[in-house]
Amino acid sequence: MKVGVLALQGAFREHIYSLEALDVGAVAVRKPEQLDACVGLIIPGGESTAISKLMASYGFYAPIQARHGEGMAVWGTCAGSILTARVVVDGIEGQKSLELMDVAVRRNAYGRQADSFEADLEFAGLSEAYRGIFIRAPWIESVGEGVEVLARHEGHIVAARQGNCLSTTFHPELTGDPRVHRYFIENVIGSQLRGPQGR
Amino acid sequence: MSETQREIGTLRVKTGLAEMLKGGVIMDVVTVEQAKIAEDAGAVAVMALERVPADIRAAGGVARMADPTIVESIVGSVSIPVMAKCRIGHFVEAQILESLGVDYIDESEVLTPADEEYHVNKLDFGVPFVCGCRNLGEALRRISEGAAMVRTKGEPGTGNVVEAVRHIRTVNDEIAWLTGLRSEQLFSAAKDLQAPYNLVKWVAENGKLPVVNFSAGGIATPADAALMMQLGCDGVFVGSGIFKSGDPAKRAKAIVEATTHFEDAEVIARVSRNLGEAMVGINISDIPDAERMQERGW
Repeated sequence: MKVGVLALQGAFREHIYSLEALDVGAVAVRKPEQLDACVGLIIPGGESTAISKLMASYGFYAPIQARHGEGMAVWGTCAGSILTARVVVDGIEGQKSLELMDVAVRRNAYGRQADSFEADLEFAGLSEAYRGIFIRAPWIESVGEGVEVLARHEGHIVAARQGNCLSTTFHPELTGDPRVHRYFIENVIGSQLRGPQGR
Repeated sequence: MSETQREIGTLRVKTGLAEMLKGGVIMDVVTVEQAKIAEDAGAVAVMALERVPADIRAAGGVARMADPTIVESIVGSVSIPVMAKCRIGHFVEAQILESLGVDYIDESEVLTPADEEYHVNKLDFGVPFVCGCRNLGEALRRISEGAAMVRTKGEPGTGNVVEAVRHIRTVNDEIAWLTGLRSEQLFSAAKDLQAPYNLVKWVAENGKLPVVNFSAGGIATPADAALMMQLGCDGVFVGSGIFKSGDPAKRAKAIVEATTHFEDAEVIARVSRNLGEAMVGINISDIPDAERMQERGW
């Protein structure tokens, strides 16, 4: 089983380390053809404008949508949550998203870097609080039918799931806490982790 | 369990933004139009300036923080992060930049130093800082003062990558040297590097810097950017190299693509075609010692 991490720009290495810590094979995806071998894809945090331009230049939109249609699970963190949304609020002109999840995501929702923060979150299904790191983060402004809200902070939706697509507006890859990565592997991809790390 | 209040300005939040910039290109801009060109080309951030380093070098005199009007107009015109430079040690310029809402402050040797002994105490600020370095000791001194990101200095405004290469190789060699030392040798290494022991020990144990390191100072072509990435930088700053060239929009996009696909020679070759005139470079040996910006910083 291979899980891809879109490696065009941003914190892709941290996701790869997080997957490897769970004994999951990770692939840095720089070309669309690499998607064929992936059962899941993580779109990392970074600058959503930079990532979306590189995705367009290298023809990623249709292949990701097609592989997702064939069952590839997709998880967007921060910039990735913008790129997977059906609607982007406050994006740059012509900002294109993959439209995989029926949600509207507001870019830079909290403001500038001075407003970046961390806070404990209640994440559905986790017994202990999860430390959310929000960096020039978006929030999920509204969700359509069939979208399950997994976490809120100050009333705003910060994690949600629709079928085999997961969206978090914060950065689990920066915490060293593997629980959201484990959730993605076990619940969204639907694959059991091996070894003691999987417990 | 329950949710907690926002905690702002934490180290993880400061270093975290630098993590999000990795694999990207940060471009020097002096106008709103240039900032938009940079954003359209896929820059991950812009550095708002009054003059690019090549023009600062040409103009001579004292180079200071940009006019707040310029910084504010750029902050208001793009959705990507905006950085701005203050003089080394000039904590009031830093306070002003923080009040203008910039996302990162570069305490930069490109401007004329305001203090020849002390850098800004960056731990006092909620906004994160990036600082220049030529070697590991300098990087760790800046990190101990609170820098959440570093960049190797190179020689700004030259379009000549040789100093940028020298500095990343020096940092890498010194990291490799530390990882081979026994624990009792690290105390003496800290003395030699003139860096805090706890950071020296961390680098020796982890084999890398504790914060993101970009490359700056002399990058002018897609191949230069890919060279710095292959040498182990996390991303690149391009100062004069873009807007002092013949076709800034095209060159900016080409450098962005070369930074992403830095190990793919076919991509770098393709994006390097027909870029028009590169900026005219300067040989380092032609710059008098007193005008070498990299020597600034202590």
